[in-house]
Amino acid sequence: MAEIIEKIVTTDEIKTDEYLVNMGPQHPSTHGVLRLLLKLEGEIVHNVEPHIGYIHSGIEKMTEALSYPQIIHLTDRMDYLSAHMSNEAVCLAVESALQVEVPERVKYIRTIWDELQRLASHQLWWCASGMDLGALTAFFYGLRDREDILDIFEETCGARLTTSYSVPGGVMFDLHPNFQKSVKAFIKKFRKILPEYDKLLTGNIIFQNRTKGVGVLTREDAIAFGVTGPTGRASGFSCDVRKHHPYSAYPYIKFDEKLGTDGDSFMRWKLRMDEMHESLSIIEQLIDNIPEGDYAVKMKAVIKLPEGEYYQRVETARGEFGVYVVSDGKKTPYRLKFRSPGFSNLFAINHIAKGWKIADLVAIMATFDLIIPDIDR
Amino acid sequence: MSNEQLIEKLSSAYPDAVIKQGIQYPEITVSFDILHSFMQNIKSDTQLAFDYLVCQSGVDYPAFIQVVYHLESTTHQHFMVVKANTENRETPALDTVTDIWPTAEFHEREIYDLLGVKFNNHPDLRRLFLDDTWGFPLRKDFKDDIHVVER
Repeated sequence: MAEIIEKIVTTDEIKTDEYLVNMGPQHPSTHGVLRLLLKLEGEIVHNVEPHIGYIHSGIEKMTEALSYPQIIHLTDRMDYLSAHMSNEAVCLAVESALQVEVPERVKYIRTIWDELQRLASHQLWWCASGMDLGALTAFFYGLRDREDILDIFEETCGARLTTSYSVPGGVMFDLHPNFQKSVKAFIKKFRKILPEYDKLLTGNIIFQNRTKGVGVLTREDAIAFGVTGPTGRASGFSCDVRKHHPYSAYPYIKFDEKLGTDGDSFMRWKLRMDEMHESLSIIEQLIDNIPEGDYAVKMKAVIKLPEGEYYQRVETARGEFGVYVVSDGKKTPYRLKFRSPGFSNLFAINHIAKGWKIADLVAIMATFDLIIPDIDR
Repeated sequence: MSNEQLIEKLSSAYPDAVIKQGIQYPEITVSFDILHSFMQNIKSDTQLAFDYLVCQSGVDYPAFIQVVYHLESTTHQHFMVVKANTENRETPALDTVTDIWPTAEFHEREIYDLLGVKFNNHPDLRRLFLDDTWGFPLRKDFKDDIHVVER
């Protein structure tokens, strides 16, 4: 009898027809409004076709009618978890075009904010992907600890998510007198909490079985698909803009570019956990040494970029973010293009999800850390 | 390879192309008919090895639409900007580079969606963000009475 069953199971005769199923746009693990058209055979994924554009807001077109200080406020709305890095990218592009040298204090402040923002983003990623994989407890811990960082942001600039803190020439306000104290208190607290994160999920056998070996992205594919950020680095693609094209205060500090080898979901997970430790150490190197001085240089009331083309790259929590500005000498850009990390990352999913089950696709998407407004723009 | 070496090597190999040192990176403008073979060469050449397509954008100019490729080599860490102009603005078309860098498939779909550039031999050229009722919004002469308010 067993032989007969085995024979039936291994023959092609019981293959079911392929059918199409929509995953999203309201599916909880698609984090927003991403719709995936899945071609399935039973539960096995044969093809993933992302349909995007549900929250396409035409930001690139809008920028053509706005001045550079106004554009900053739009960049918050793209990758809302890396708001400060996106702000900084536009500021750096404007400053390099006008050849403005910002004070040292500004560089330090921006870098500390970058890393705080990266921590906040990774915390939310940690708790949300824990939830995707069926561990709801993580969600509460992650959001609880993220509050601390958002409170620090709120203390200085009044906003929690869409900070718009960087402006061309510096930052909008000076740091709050409590800033250093609150950041140090946060680091002390979070250093104790991070091992708990690992205890809760990373060492969990159910969690490991769901992620180890699932959705392997090779280094060659990561480069070919332009997959950057922790996702690309987990495959061994050395793509950290902070390391290769340092900006702000990154040239002054020592930090490691973490690289993985496996390229599977667990490696992507591990790499972000390691990055959180690295971010803490970067902030520790800078927080006591913020130089005194102005928090901004005086810029002209109407900023006009000289004719030409500028490309500025920064590292957001998701990967390489690029701003390509074509200026014709007016106060608004002729064309402004955002190279968003999520856009390139998303389309690698089809390549690696083939042959896995739907539940594994959720694990892959969780560890890719997709933010839909970043993709749709 | 430094920017000067890069410019020297490319200008000896491609005397017809317009090569200059831009504000940040070397910039090369190639004709649309040699675009595909040029791209293949700069990827397969071991000294150049541009294997990472960072960004692909389209820009609408009065006489043509320009597609801009930001390329990086992960082995040599050098960076270059390649530009290709379409023959005209009415029926803009260029060869696809999807077979060279797979990520281009979606960047090209975005450019087709927003600027209307047709990419020859593209495996799946469809609109990406918008539906078929839209024109090409990133063109300068795009008019939309419903969503755009003239100041």
